[in-house]
Amino acid sequence: MKVKEILETMDYGKAPESAEQAMEWIAKHSKKMGLYINGSIECPGGRDSLESRNPANGEILAQLCQANSEDIDRAVEAARKAQPKWEGLGGPARAKYLYALARLVQKHSRLLAVLETLDNGKPIRESRDIDVPLVARHFYYHAGAAQLMEKEMPDQRALGVVGQVIPWNFPLLMLAWKIAPAIAMGNTVVLKPAEYTSLSAILFAEICHEAGLPNGVVNLVTGDGRVGEILVTHEGIDKVAFTGSTEVGRKIRQAIAGQEKELTLELGGKSPYIVFDDADLDSAVEGLVDAIWFNQGQVCCAGSRLFVQEGVAETFHRKLRARMDKLRIGDPMDKSIDVGAIVDPSQLESITRIVEDGLKEGGVRHTCPADLPEVGCFYPPTLITEVDPACQLMQDEIFGPVLVGTTFRTPAEAVALANNTRYGLAASIWTENINLALDIAPKVICGVAWINSTNQFDAAAGFGGRRESGFGREGGREGLFAYIRSKNTPTHELAEIKALPGKSEPVGTEIDRTAKLFIGGKQARPDSGYSTPVFSTEGKLLAQVGQGNRKDIRNAVEAATGAKGWGKSTAHLRAQILYYLGENLSARKNEFADRIDSMTGCGQDKAKLEVNSSIDRLFTYAAWADKYDGAAHGVPIRGVALAMNEPVGVIGIICPDESPLLGLISVLAPALAMGNTCVVVPSEPFPLSATDLYQVFETSDLPAGVVNLVTARHSDVAETLAGHMEIDAQWYFGSGGLSSLIEKASAGNLKRTWVNQGKSIDWNDSQQAEGKMFLRQATEVKNIWIPYGE
Amino acid sequence: MTPSNSNPLVNSHSLERNPGMDLDLDWALSVQANTSAIERRCKTLPGRRSIKKINQAAWLLKAISCIDLTTLSGDDTKERVRRLCRKGKFPVRSDILNQMEIEPETVRVGAICVYHEMVEAAVSALEGSGIPVAAVSTGFPAGLSPYSLRLAEISESVQAGAQEIDIVISRRHVLTQNWQALYDEMKAFREACGDAHVKAILATGELGTLRNVARASMICMMAGADFIKTSTGKESVNATLPISLTMIRQIRDYHEKTGYHVGYKPAGGISKAKDSLIYLSLIKEELGDRWLQPDLFRFGASSLLGDIERQLEHFVTGHYSANHRHAMG
Repeated sequence: MKVKEILETMDYGKAPESAEQAMEWIAKHSKKMGLYINGSIECPGGRDSLESRNPANGEILAQLCQANSEDIDRAVEAARKAQPKWEGLGGPARAKYLYALARLVQKHSRLLAVLETLDNGKPIRESRDIDVPLVARHFYYHAGAAQLMEKEMPDQRALGVVGQVIPWNFPLLMLAWKIAPAIAMGNTVVLKPAEYTSLSAILFAEICHEAGLPNGVVNLVTGDGRVGEILVTHEGIDKVAFTGSTEVGRKIRQAIAGQEKELTLELGGKSPYIVFDDADLDSAVEGLVDAIWFNQGQVCCAGSRLFVQEGVAETFHRKLRARMDKLRIGDPMDKSIDVGAIVDPSQLESITRIVEDGLKEGGVRHTCPADLPEVGCFYPPTLITEVDPACQLMQDEIFGPVLVGTTFRTPAEAVALANNTRYGLAASIWTENINLALDIAPKVICGVAWINSTNQFDAAAGFGGRRESGFGREGGREGLFAYIRSKNTPTHELAEIKALPGKSEPVGTEIDRTAKLFIGGKQARPDSGYSTPVFSTEGKLLAQVGQGNRKDIRNAVEAATGAKGWGKSTAHLRAQILYYLGENLSARKNEFADRIDSMTGCGQDKAKLEVNSSIDRLFTYAAWADKYDGAAHGVPIRGVALAMNEPVGVIGIICPDESPLLGLISVLAPALAMGNTCVVVPSEPFPLSATDLYQVFETSDLPAGVVNLVTARHSDVAETLAGHMEIDAQWYFGSGGLSSLIEKASAGNLKRTWVNQGKSIDWNDSQQAEGKMFLRQATEVKNIWIPYGE
Repeated sequence: MTPSNSNPLVNSHSLERNPGMDLDLDWALSVQANTSAIERRCKTLPGRRSIKKINQAAWLLKAISCIDLTTLSGDDTKERVRRLCRKGKFPVRSDILNQMEIEPETVRVGAICVYHEMVEAAVSALEGSGIPVAAVSTGFPAGLSPYSLRLAEISESVQAGAQEIDIVISRRHVLTQNWQALYDEMKAFREACGDAHVKAILATGELGTLRNVARASMICMMAGADFIKTSTGKESVNATLPISLTMIRQIRDYHEKTGYHVGYKPAGGISKAKDSLIYLSLIKEELGDRWLQPDLFRFGASSLLGDIERQLEHFVTGHYSANHRHAMG
């Protein structure tokens, strides 16, 4: 090519990044990557090996070691052994190691970036300018988190050993998101990188060594899905953190149910990208390049559902198609490439299949006209318009460079379309109208919302989803709670508390008072038509309560769903109503104390204490209602990331069997304070304190449907609740040992669970039974990124 | 792309001029410009496009062909202007061009840009070269001299032989949102230019917001501007990538709707060869290759050429160059 010819075409030409040093690094390992266990990289003999390929050309880069269960045992053991000492070092000492890791990531930044691109196929621009800098940033941020831990969170401690499984789309970045907060908080980790993309993890192991990280703090086991399966179910693990597909996340939820492990899941998504007619359309078009063609669309939070306001849709789509036509696809090592290679032929096949199948239902396809390289895994950037919610393409995560879209008429319709999905990870909202932007962001079900921007990430802001996009946050203060627990976490076993026996005597001259269920603000007869007698310690019939069943639960959930306006009411109003509940309960103090005493035989003093504590607890959460604030995170943009606390939604609560009033109030009040609506199953042996509350609710201005009470045998309704798709979180404090069953059944819609794991909480101990932990369980943190500047 | 001329480095003026259109306020006022998003695009662009080696050399020659080599100083004299014109005709040492297999006579700048008083000197110095003379006009840089005099200034420069007139708009019309006045003023300037091409200098650094920049761009095109230009070089903020992106997106929309090509000229503050490459790639990405011709794209610059010469010498010799090895203008 001559200068003169280039002047005619004005081509960019090639600008390849050199692979030389990365290939030298691979050669140094004799193209055989080991496991990183207890501080040394080892290639044990007799293990299967996996090929790690460069998806851009199909060449084999190296062989990976398929860890077996013995290797995983050793890794977990090493982590277990290292953990007490690592935690014991204290935050400031751990901070120094994290700081060293951050510095070393920067020192080796180009090698990491090149290796990542060779292994994963993402454009070198992205690994160089986005992934690796975010990795360093994550370690810096969490060095700070470690530094401040004892001072800022004196009542918290590490969970122990964490098992982490990460995906192939951001191999090193996901490793950093997992490892940095975990070790900052004093945990040790065993991490499994994805089988397609393990190379940068091995380089990171060398960096750990270079940083002088104590042996066993970070361990890496490579291999296919079987390794992950063994790791997450390993009995030596205290917590599982997983990023990957919803399908695998669901399996993990089921597999570890009842193992008393903490769990956070960051799963799939089908995130909406909403363009209003007053948006800067050109910028919104450009945003889509970062939303859906970033990393070939293999991004869990990719803006993959495009909703454009009808009046500008034609213009917008025209601009978008023109922009697509300019995208450059090809060798990811070329610095002028926008879209690189799909990670693996199997993924390419999956994208192709979903698109071709989906198009059978309709839709208008536009494909970027650029020639694809003749070898390697490439898929052209694709836009499919006229795709409606009834199409599979609008519902299924494609995880490729494929954008599907439709139009909307009004802001309300945009929200409805956006939320018409099983997922809830991220959202992008484009409008020049601040009123509109800040109205829509809270209404879209997601963990991250970007105003006039997309795919913004920073260690200071939490990231994570709702619904089937998983639960838990990574990054920000909210993300630290995924790796710590209260020092007051209960440890005593909870014995089963059985209903007292007795004999049904004739009611006699007293007027019969049969407690029904409380659903939608009204007392309702149980569907079953059965009642359960409740006896006093002397065996005397106190009352009969309705025996709730799955249909009653269904009705209660319906009522709770209909009452969601509670979450949009002001915190002041919720506080007032909680105070009012306390006030009305106080007026009937003696009656409630008598009831507790008669059911449990705890004696008048204890019963009175329980009532007083309950009133106090209502006041506490009334106080918290307008004080459990979010945060304005200092993210590195001209703008702000608002971490807003939102209600979880509908919470199913199976109450403690002991402390029939205080237990119920202790778990219900924080849920109400944060704006949730609740389906409550009271203490099974002592349900009358709950049914006595109906009149308190009715006289306290509590809107109908906000609290629904279904007296029932816990084992009759636990699975119904945990499996109910409309319930967003299920709590369990009963004594019937149903934690495992609930965790397992929750996998259906991947609702959050909070279960007692058979441990006994002292409801009178405010350290254990009240406070921010309860508020965190009752809230979701949504980070709303608001860039500004005119 | 179909080059308009067999020599892609020569200004061709082969397109039909933008005749303007009736003022369409609904359109102009619907224009939005989100500053943060625009800045983000500009920030990532240099990382998205990398132009190296021989491609870079070609692109830098292209940049030279798009330079409005400029002197706008109170102490300009005829001789100084002649020196600049000579540089414009021979912007790069011929041995360097020969090594690139480029005929030296095909390489020249886009125009010479001067004040009215220097137009005649420039025209005579450039005679036969085909390089047009551009005159800054209408009370440049502030544009606050009497309206009739501003119109007269245009006519006089055209009479003196200027083929391009760089007018300054009345910023106050933008700042007070008096779009009709801006439109009328621009239209009158355009008429006064006759056959000379008119570049509308928006003085973007004084317009306050990108939204204003976008709307003023649109109004000036509706009133018949052949080019829209960022700045006089006298404002505290001159050409920037975000401002450029904002303006060229309006050019794109205007072209899409009317079919007319309007040129773009960033001026002031572009002094590095690398910056010129970023600007060219921005134009290529957002407007397309047709705009990479001097009839639709110019750099208003005085020191950019020197840096490009050094880069070109580095390209052919492999050694970093020095200022004194290249002729001053």
